[in-house]
Amino acid sequence: MARITAGISTSHVPAVGAAVDMQRTEEPYWKPMFEGYEFSKKWMKDNTPDVAIIIYNDHASYFGMEIMPTFAMGIGDSFKICDEGYGPRPVPLVEGAPELATHLAASLILDDFDMTVLNVLEVDHGLTVPMSLMFGTPDKWPTKVIPLPVNVVMYPQPSGERCLSLGKAIRRAVEQFDGDLNVQVWGTGGMSHQIQGARAGLINEPWDRKFMDDLVNDPETLQYKPHLEYMVEAGSEGVELIMWLIMRGALGEKVDEVYRFYHVPASNTAVGHMILTPKE
Amino acid sequence: MKPDFEQFKDIPGTTIFTIEKARQGFWLNQFCMSLREEANRKRFLSAEREYLDEWQMTEEQKQAVLDRDFQKMLDFGGNVYFLSKIFASEGLSYVQAVSTMTDMNVEQYQQMMLNGGRNVEGWRSKKERGEA
Repeated sequence: MARITAGISTSHVPAVGAAVDMQRTEEPYWKPMFEGYEFSKKWMKDNTPDVAIIIYNDHASYFGMEIMPTFAMGIGDSFKICDEGYGPRPVPLVEGAPELATHLAASLILDDFDMTVLNVLEVDHGLTVPMSLMFGTPDKWPTKVIPLPVNVVMYPQPSGERCLSLGKAIRRAVEQFDGDLNVQVWGTGGMSHQIQGARAGLINEPWDRKFMDDLVNDPETLQYKPHLEYMVEAGSEGVELIMWLIMRGALGEKVDEVYRFYHVPASNTAVGHMILTPKE
Repeated sequence: MKPDFEQFKDIPGTTIFTIEKARQGFWLNQFCMSLREEANRKRFLSAEREYLDEWQMTEEQKQAVLDRDFQKMLDFGGNVYFLSKIFASEGLSYVQAVSTMTDMNVEQYQQMMLNGGRNVEGWRSKKERGEA
């Protein structure tokens, strides 16, 4: 039986990817942030999953405005790296896990989550920056990946309830897969940030920290937080945090908090990161 | 459920990219997507007006792009992730471009971020700020 062994949440700031790619992680601006991931990189070496289901959003990198899927799943053998305007990030090709992915997509659709099925997908910083943070700069990624893009860019985004429920459905579907696989679920994006308008640069540390507490202890209440609150309190782009709820839903009722890190700023953004494991 | 697009209008200094705005900005955003290709970036930067005229954008959308007026581009239906292709093609970072929408210069904006970012106090509501 496949099983979900951990949930990872992390911001996916594009400038963090650029700092890795340009070998600037030791510079005074970046060092404190990357130091916050040292524990996680070591932890990940001891707990490398066979497959990571990475929940992220595309930033107008692969999806244009022709098609805007609310929930989608990449079921291909591999995923190329997008050119986001600066040229593609120099990171390894992302390998897929088509057997588990087809099982998952089918299970979720039958469970009333109408996933858009992606046989072809190129992935952007939303997916690759978390991989760089957790794995560093290997020649080949040590895990296979099932990308799960969520629309968090255009309102209406899916509701928090829907996201938490999707996570629960992912857990059921993984457990029904015939194959001995260690699976992690990663929820990416956030925390508070706003990168547009006169209010740009907004950061709300107390709100972010409360969000992390509630994610651990009280996701059943947290799921009802309306989009408007995310946007007002955590900035227009802070609404990405609904993706952390999908990760949380996949871990079951109770979790252990293995690690937490919070840092301001990375570019325009508050960086938040957690490692959670399901409680036996 | 009936969608409520009005609920976002009281947030100061913020343009929420709704499905309605996405409709309004469709061609502006599609033009931005074309800049994912290096050949198009070069062609755009060498003859901006001609390149823009290949797209079914409104004149005010085109002018906002030529002026690099990102706030106007948001007003006309642009979304910052799409608009990022414009400033990326010129090698600018998010911080450099985003700060132009505020009342600060880049250095002041960067300093604000180093100091912990913009405090939400006083930035929750236009009504509270006397802007509505």
